[in-house]
Amino acid sequence: MITPDALKKLDLASASELLEKREISSVGLCEAYLARTNEVDGNVKAFLNIDRENILSQAAESDKRRLEGKELSPYDGIPIAIKDCISVSGQPCTCASKILENFKSPYDSTVVKRLKEKGLVIFGRTNMDEFAMGSSCENSAYMKTANPWDLSRVPGGSSGGSAASVAASEVPVSLGSDTGGSIRQPAAFCGVTGLKPTYGRVSRYGLVAFASSLDQIGPIGHSVLDTAAILDIIGGHDPLDSTSLPEESGTFADAVRKSSGGNLKGVKIGIPKEYFNIDAIEPGVKAVMEESVNILQALGAETIEISLPHTEYAIAVYYIIATAEASANLARFDGIRYGVRPSDASDLNSLYFKMRGHGFGKEVKRRIILGTYVLSSGYYDAYYLRGQKVRTLIRNDFMNAFQKCDIIFAPATPSAAFKFGEKSDPLQMYLADIFTIAVNLAGTCAISLPAGIDKATSMPVGMQFIAPPLGEHKMLSVSKIFEENRGIKAFIPSL
Amino acid sequence: MSGNTKIDVSYVAELARLELAPEEKVKLQEDMEEILGYIELLEKLDVKDIVPTAHAAPLRNIWREDKAGTPPGKDIMLENAPGLIDDELIKVPQVLPGEGMS
Repeated sequence: MITPDALKKLDLASASELLEKREISSVGLCEAYLARTNEVDGNVKAFLNIDRENILSQAAESDKRRLEGKELSPYDGIPIAIKDCISVSGQPCTCASKILENFKSPYDSTVVKRLKEKGLVIFGRTNMDEFAMGSSCENSAYMKTANPWDLSRVPGGSSGGSAASVAASEVPVSLGSDTGGSIRQPAAFCGVTGLKPTYGRVSRYGLVAFASSLDQIGPIGHSVLDTAAILDIIGGHDPLDSTSLPEESGTFADAVRKSSGGNLKGVKIGIPKEYFNIDAIEPGVKAVMEESVNILQALGAETIEISLPHTEYAIAVYYIIATAEASANLARFDGIRYGVRPSDASDLNSLYFKMRGHGFGKEVKRRIILGTYVLSSGYYDAYYLRGQKVRTLIRNDFMNAFQKCDIIFAPATPSAAFKFGEKSDPLQMYLADIFTIAVNLAGTCAISLPAGIDKATSMPVGMQFIAPPLGEHKMLSVSKIFEENRGIKAFIPSL
Repeated sequence: MSGNTKIDVSYVAELARLELAPEEKVKLQEDMEEILGYIELLEKLDVKDIVPTAHAAPLRNIWREDKAGTPPGKDIMLENAPGLIDDELIKVPQVLPGEGMS
């Protein structure tokens, strides 16, 4: 049996070791996590749904496999939490929206299918901003997830439940999705590691679409190695996603292991000057970033100033493109084949209006209106087309920067986790994503790592490494070396 | 895009098939004016001759092998339907205006 204290220090890699040495069974491990969830989730509220029996039956099957020497991978029997917009056959998939209150997924998403093929135990559905639209989890139609470091603060969003569940040691690892920072920002707020892979690296089949040209699934865990190990499993080409890249997956964890104990001699790290001239960046974040740059330099990295000249336009472009794509994607919620149908709809049109008007929350409606407007006749060229052109300029900024450096260093967020209700103005909330959004527009990869503690709030502060498209190997190796040398080794809330 | 452009939230909500309460419309109208005002920032840039990016990944369509597969069954796909007729047809409200049909 594993003690509650040991559970807090457990990650994917160490859980795998315990299982391999037969020091614990999968049932024992899952029972420990269920007990922990029972203890803390009344306050944290990371999970929308947990099917205890189903978890324990998956775990029992894993134990049987291991007993027969037929384990499917070193991670067979380890639980993983899934964001509520990623399909698991037979389980609810509400996207934290009332419109999908009764929905059950008819099939597995490709990422979940691949996790099951490696024996991982699918553990619960995590809370999120409705349809992944938000940066605080406050837009969930069901409940507000709290930050395990301080329950009066938000966990970030939209994958807030996925980040909080890992930070609170309710699971060792989880899946989130990132359209404009929705993995990296909550990971930074909760003191965990979040990876947004290159667009196309991970199949989107079975992910409820928000903005199809920006969405990407990725892992959240306690360490760089853990996120790399999960990317090994979920990455790689999928014929069911037409935007899936042909590149193979499976060597990321090896690259991380090999880099352990190394230094950063010969690595050129670019520091975008525009990112540090932003007014919104708080002194506590700035201090941790300066400390981090010193660590990178002490490890032998060459740091150079670079420029991403179109930084100030990224949020405006994002809110044109993401909302335009969302308004098209969310048109499928018409109440015909699934969804909660209003009883007072007299004809087809009134069914659409009522079902969508009542089923969608405030922020989702706001984005559908904006997206419909920018695509509407007479405004398409002025907004959507212009937005796509500026997207080209933003992507070019990154490609030009990567001519001069291997990796870009940036803060993950301008501030540490804020309090509930602190950002009530939608535009103010959007501006909080300034450091993460451009990466999705450029389609490249990035990782957010806990780097230090904000002195003013005692909350964790995250930094990002951004690499060229398909540059995950190098990015993860550099991240591992930074992780081994950062000032604070382990980020564990006292909860 | 121009500063004179005024969004009419009621009209856009019609296009998007969204029923909005009157107070929702007022709030959304204010929000939209603020957000669109912010987006006007993009007017500062000269985007003549810039090729638009619809997708960050340089992919083109290819043909897959013409191989038969087994899709999820009809029953599973109908499980979420709000109402069924004869266990295989999805029940919908009347489509065409006129007298009610049964």
